[in-house]
Parts: sequence; C-alpha cells; structure tokens
Amino acid sequence: MGFFLETVFGGLMAGMLYALVALGFVLIFKASGVFNFAQGAMVLFAALAMARFAEWFPQWLGFSSLLLANLMAFCAAVLCMVGVAWLVERLALRRLVNQEGITLLMATLGITYFLDGAGQLIFGSATYKIDVGMPKDPMIVLENVFEGGLLLSKEDLYAALVAAMLVALLSVFFQKTRTGRALRAVADDHQAAQSIGIPLSRIWVIVWSVGGIVALVAGIIWGSKLGVQFSISLVALKAFPVVILGGLTSVPGAIVGGLVIGVGEKLSEIYLGPFLGGGIENWFAYVLALAFLLVRPQGLFGDKIIDRV
Amino acid sequence: MTTKKIGDVILDVRNISLRFGGVKALTDISFDVREHEIRSIIGPNGAGKSSMLNCINGVYTPSEGSITFRGKTFDHMNSRQVAEMGVARTFQNLALFKGMSVLDNIMSGRNLKIKSNLLMQALRVGPAVAEEIRHREVVERIIDFLEIQAWRKAPVGQLPYGLQKRVDLGRALAMEPQVLLLDEPMAGMNVEEKQDMCRFILDVNDEFGTTIVLIEHDMGVVMDISDRVVVLDYGKKIGDGTPEAVRTNEDVIRAYLGASH
Amino acid sequence: MFYRENGQFKSNYRADMGLFPVAQDRWAILGLLALAFVLVPLMGSDYFFRAIAIPFLILSLAAIGLNILVGYCGQISLGTGAFMAVGAYAAYNLQARIDGMPLLLALLGGGLVSTVFGVLFGIPSLRIRGLYLAVATLAAQFFTDWFTNRVKWVTNDSSSGSVSVGGLDILGYAIQTPVQKYLLCLAFVVVFALLAKNLVRGAIGREWMAMRDMDVAAAVIGIRPVYAKLSAFAVSSFIVGVAGGLWGFVHLGSWEPAAFGIERSFQLLFMIIIGGLGSIAGAFFGAAFIVLLPLLLNYVPHWLGLPISTATATHVEHMIFGALIVFFLIVEPHGLARLWSTARQKLRLWPFPH
Repeated sequence: MGFFLETVFGGLMAGMLYALVALGFVLIFKASGVFNFAQGAMVLFAALAMARFAEWFPQWLGFSSLLLANLMAFCAAVLCMVGVAWLVERLALRRLVNQEGITLLMATLGITYFLDGAGQLIFGSATYKIDVGMPKDPMIVLENVFEGGLLLSKEDLYAALVAAMLVALLSVFFQKTRTGRALRAVADDHQAAQSIGIPLSRIWVIVWSVGGIVALVAGIIWGSKLGVQFSISLVALKAFPVVILGGLTSVPGAIVGGLVIGVGEKLSEIYLGPFLGGGIENWFAYVLALAFLLVRPQGLFGDKIIDRV
Repeated sequence: MTTKKIGDVILDVRNISLRFGGVKALTDISFDVREHEIRSIIGPNGAGKSSMLNCINGVYTPSEGSITFRGKTFDHMNSRQVAEMGVARTFQNLALFKGMSVLDNIMSGRNLKIKSNLLMQALRVGPAVAEEIRHREVVERIIDFLEIQAWRKAPVGQLPYGLQKRVDLGRALAMEPQVLLLDEPMAGMNVEEKQDMCRFILDVNDEFGTTIVLIEHDMGVVMDISDRVVVLDYGKKIGDGTPEAVRTNEDVIRAYLGASH
Repeated sequence: MFYRENGQFKSNYRADMGLFPVAQDRWAILGLLALAFVLVPLMGSDYFFRAIAIPFLILSLAAIGLNILVGYCGQISLGTGAFMAVGAYAAYNLQARIDGMPLLLALLGGGLVSTVFGVLFGIPSLRIRGLYLAVATLAAQFFTDWFTNRVKWVTNDSSSGSVSVGGLDILGYAIQTPVQKYLLCLAFVVVFALLAKNLVRGAIGREWMAMRDMDVAAAVIGIRPVYAKLSAFAVSSFIVGVAGGLWGFVHLGSWEPAAFGIERSFQLLFMIIIGGLGSIAGAFFGAAFIVLLPLLLNYVPHWLGLPISTATATHVEHMIFGALIVFFLIVEPHGLARLWSTARQKLRLWPFPH
C-alpha cells in the first residue's frame, strides 16, 4: 500500500510539471484561439536562456552570488520571452489573422522548429544545469502510518506549490482584470474584437508573453529537476494530451488533466508494464487523450463546441 | 401561361421543436408542402427559418416532432438519406467548396449518382471515364441554364457573390432533386440579379416540376412567385396560407413592424 | 508566346478532362520522363543516386500519400512516420517469414497492412477534426514507436532491435546497384503518381476536397463523411506504407524504429506545406526542397570558405525550415506548386503583362 501511495504521489508531482507546460498552452488558446504547438519549444528556449544567462552574468560581470545570478538571469529570460512573443506576433500572427485553425497550427509547428534551431544556436546544445536553490533531498512522511514512511520529493512539492500559485494568479487575471476580459473576447472572435477597438496586436503580444513567462517557470522547474536538454521539448509534447483531457479552454482543467496523466502514466507503467514489456509511459498519455477525444472531445472542463451553419 | 398542377402533400413537418442548450430556436412548428408548389418561409431575422431548413435537411436534429417525406415518417433526418430521397438545398452563407472550380463544385452534386468504385477511378478504366463524361454532360447543361459558362474553370472563391450564389444553386440542381430548399437565394443581390435568380427558380419549378421551399426577405419576390407562405417569428408559426391571406394577417404585420410591448 | 493554348481546341469532354490538356505540358512531361528514365541513369554518379535521387523519389511518394490525406481531404496527420514504419516492418516480415515471397508483393503487402492500420487510426477523424485529430495521430505515432521497439515479433526477434534485408531482385533481375534501385523507385513513383492523379481528379477526389472545404455542406449533397474520410486514410496509408517499405528495403537496407520517428512525420508535413497542399506536383517540389536544403547548407559555407559544424548546420536548417513554413503559410499557402502554376499563367500571357 505504501508503494502504491508513493507511486501515486510521484505521479501527481510529475503531473504538476505537465500541468505547468499545459498552462501556458491553455492561456494562449484561451486568449488568441491558437493551438500553440510551439509551447514545448518555448519551454526549452526559456530554460536554455535561464541556464545560460545564470552562467554568463557572473562571468561577464564578475560576481559570484548565485541568488543575484539567478535573479538577473530570470529578468533576462523574461525579456527574451517577451521578445519572442513580439516577434511571433509581428511576423506570424499578424499576417494570419482569421485563418483557419489548421493553418495557425502548422504555423506554430514552423515556429517550433525555428525556436528549436535558434535556441540551440544561441545558447548551445549541451545539457545545462539550473540551480535555483530547490531542495534536492527527499523527505519521509507518515512514518507512523506506513512502515518506513512514504518517500516524497521536496522539489516536487515546491513545484506543485508554484503551479498552484500560478493558477490562482492567472484565474484572477482572466476573470477580474480588463485585459483579461479583452483576452477572452479576442479568443472568441478576432475580427469582432478588432471591430470594438481591442488592439489585437498588443493583446497578442501580452498573451504570448504571459505564455512565455509561464513556459519559463515550467522550464526552470523542469530544468532544475532534469537538467536543460533537448528532450524537454519532446516531453513537453505530452502537454497536448493534458489539455485534451482537461479541456482546451480551462485553466483548472490543465491542472487536473496533468495530474490524471501523471498518475495514470506511473500507475500503468508499474502495473501494466510487466505484461507489455515496459515503456508504456511513452504512449499512455496519447492513447488516453484519444479515448477522451472519442467520448468527450471537450475534455473534462472545456466548453462544448457547437457548429453553426 | 398554363396553370400549374399542384399535387399532394410531399413534405409534412409536425410539431418540430429545436433547442440549443437554453435557447429555443423552434417551438412546435407544423406545416406541409405540396408537390410542385413554391412554398415560402418568411419572418424577421432570427425567427428560425434557416434552423427549420436545417432540420428538414438533417443538419440539426429536432428535440421534438417528426418530418414525413412521401409518406415515410422520421423523427430526425440523416443528411445522406435526405439527399438520396431527392431533397437538395442552398445555404444562406454559401457553403461552396472554396478550393474547387465552379465545374467541380457542381460535379460534386452528382456524386450521389456516381457508381464506379475507387479502384476503377484510380485506373481510369472505360466505364469510369464514360460515367464521368455522362455526368459532365448533365452538369454542362446546368451551367448553360444558369449562364455561367465563362467561369466554369474558375476557382469559386474568386467569383463575385452573385455568381457564387448561382453556383450554389447549380450544385443543388445537379442532384436532380424533387424538393429544393433555397435559403435566401437572393440575399445581397441587386435588382437585375434578383430578376435572373427569380427566373431560374421559376424555370426549375416550371420545367422540372421541382417543389421549391424558399426562405426570402424580399416581400415583392415572395408575394409574386409563391403559391403559399409560412410565417415564423421567434421560432413560432404565426401565419400560414396564400400570399394575400398572409399579407393581411395582423400577427404578421405586427411581427414585421413591431408592436409596443 | 511559346506557352499558348492557341489553336488547341477540345471537341469533346474526354479531351477536356485529359491529364495534360495543354500540348506544351504534354511534351514537357514526356521530356521529363525521358530524362528521368534514360538520361539520368547514364549520367548520374552513385553518390547522386544514393544521397539525392533515391531519397527524393521515395519521399515524394510518401508526400503524395500524405498530401491526399492532408491536402486533399483536410485531415491533419502527425503520424506519417508510423505508417511508413508499419509498411516497412510488414514488408520485412512478409519477406522474412514466407519463403520465396517476391519483392513487389512484399512491398505491396506492406502497403496493405499499413492501410488497415491507417483505417483504424482514421476512425477518430469521424468524430474529431483539426487540432484534436492532430493529437490523435500523435497517439498512432508514439504507439507505433513503442510497438516496433518492444514487441519482439515485429523485428523477427532480432536482438539489436534493427532489421536488415538482403539482396533484392524482381523476377530474377537483381536490384543491387544504385542505378537499378533508382529505376525501381522511379517506376513505383511514376505509377503511383498517375494513380493518385486519377483519383484526385475523379469523383472520390471531389468528395475528399468537399470534406476539406466544408464537411457540413458535403453531407447535405449526399457525400458520406465516413466513406470519404476513411477512404482518404486508406489510400494515403497504402501509398505511405509502400513508401516506407521502399525506404527500408531500397534506401536504408537495414533500419531501426528511429528511422520512422516523429521527426519523419514532421519532415513529411513540412514537405507538403512547402511544396503545396492539395497538389500532386507539390509533393515533388516539397520533397526536392527538403532533400536539397541540408546538402546546400553543408556545401555553400564550404564553397564560401566559411566552415560551420554539422551541429550548427542542423540548427540553421531547423531555423530555415521553421521560417519557411511560416513564410509559405502567410504568403502562399498553396506552396511552391501554386507559385509554379502562377508563373505558368504569366508565361501564357508573356510577353504581355496581363
């Protein structure tokens, strides 16, 4: 039983990481109607920026405080992501206003490749470390209930906390602020929003910047845990099944979806894995999403899609 | 002009209600359509006219009610079945296949009748080609009828609105329908274009005996060419009868001119 | 002036419906075929065949298959690599397990297995579309990755996880040298391109395009969405499966599942976006582009005297691909094929401007 709970907790924590990536995704979709295939690439790009700037600033400016390096790197990375958002809006989104979803999807596919190449060209393609002072040691809880207690990762708990805070912040942003309302209007109908005077370009830059910053946070946590390497963008592909499950338009859905996938993956690996030869984690999320798509395409919390002729 | 022979009831709509979540688009609508007649559906915007056609066509599934076509009753229609039974339609928002030429758009209306299978088409063997040529001949006759010969190879998306509407009609005609549902075929047209479209509709009704169900806003047209009229308002039927009867119906006048509530 | 249809009147529909109605086009295609079948084998070097011509031909074939699904029928698929893998492994198993199985039958058989697979994974398209379908096809891709990696039966219990095929021959003629392999691929491509072209200009092609452009209206004119979509998946995966078999047997000789991973799926999608969605010619343009660009990127800096590492070249390649995708989607969504046909239109009027 103890082992089962550990697996579940481990899955929940992994799920939180997926959810973080999915969050940026949902944001961009909610506010610009674009299915951002490039979210994973953005996570990698942001993480690379953070890792390298944290290395370079001390070298360039000659100090050694880790805290200062991280702070400066964070600011620099944020600037980078805002820059990326601005470029994406200027060069791609602006010209593709009101094209069909497929076109926009394929455009983000192109952006993915571009960011992949650019990120590795600028920042390098080795594996880098991010150290933001996350505690690496595990903790043991509930020693009285289970023999030996349950092994949890402090790092994962912190990640979960950060994610929860982000969700709360973003929900407030969307529901209560004027910009948030404008974002939702834009997601509904680009042209209509334009016609009532919402500055489309500025909104998009804001949205993609926020998406980029969320990607940065996700990248820092992932990178701190796994090291910053190319495979992050592939793992981030798993964010898509997460949002399918949770619903493309739902912020809490991204969290729930992430948790379900995280736990599901771990459990299926442990309990189904031995029969099927292992490696279930690679496709479990997608097959689950597929099942959902057939039964309930709008996911757990998404808005129902109605076609009008 | 010989008087038209109007036949028996071919389409009977009974107690149709349609709901979208909380919105009631249609409430308890009943009316019938007789063979060979021109039946107009009129009403202010949002009255549910297009939704009604969508129910007949199988695009929407009504929440209640039934539709009887040539004696067979259904509680919801399947688009393909409806097409096979000989019902064709045009769309208010021009659901043309933008990526194809005029010719291909109208040819797609013939797909119901094409029998050769995938393999035969791939190898383009004799029977497949002969069939394609036969259907091409039918389509060319329709193109002549609608006077759009000059644009047959043009991509539909590049044509002006009035011509696109003709292609929409052509595609519906290609199905050789017994009943033609026309959803605002003259919207956005100038006087000349409207006259042309009227002429086409009357010719189709005259020559082929096609029953026409027509949604239209232009009262002049409706009063001129319809045999009978149904009036909808806020999803309810408020009038049903000959054009004269409907024109003098108080509820209808109030719906259009508005009354102080 | 040269490219004119003056005097070329068609007196029946059959002539108007021909493959190349303009006489100059007919001559051009015949010339191209003569070049490809006769001249190139005499002049090309082994390197040219191995590194350029053969990959170009096989990828063109796969691109034709994918274009039918994505470009003509509008069903997005990110799982093309998986279909190629199925075709390749099925062909391999047919050849390895059945004695005396002819090469052609093995390849076509691989295509058929891929068809079954394609129809199966095409079923979700009946309920979902666009972006959601893209994720569903990812399921196909990753599942197949895992399946070919883990299930020992697929690789004939090979211990290393990779399979290889030995000497190829057709009816006793050996297919060993690069020239012979090239001619085999060329034959396949020409035949399949013709079949595909016949399909897309026939009734089923119109059904596919109707589904792409407006599936609600398509249903209303009596097109059965199920048949249209699944037939697109079937035909597409058949062609892609055969291409996969060719890739494994003729181009690689021996391979592992990674050869058909998600990178391959993306590559094929890029090919048809850049080459032109909904165009058979576009598949060729796109494949040529994708095959030639990395070579250019390797050689141009060399000629200019600026050496760049292969890693940098890869990164620049990714950046160029990504930028071009966005560029084409903005400027000319119908890709190089449309640019080419616009150029031809201008040529018809030349030397007049309009």
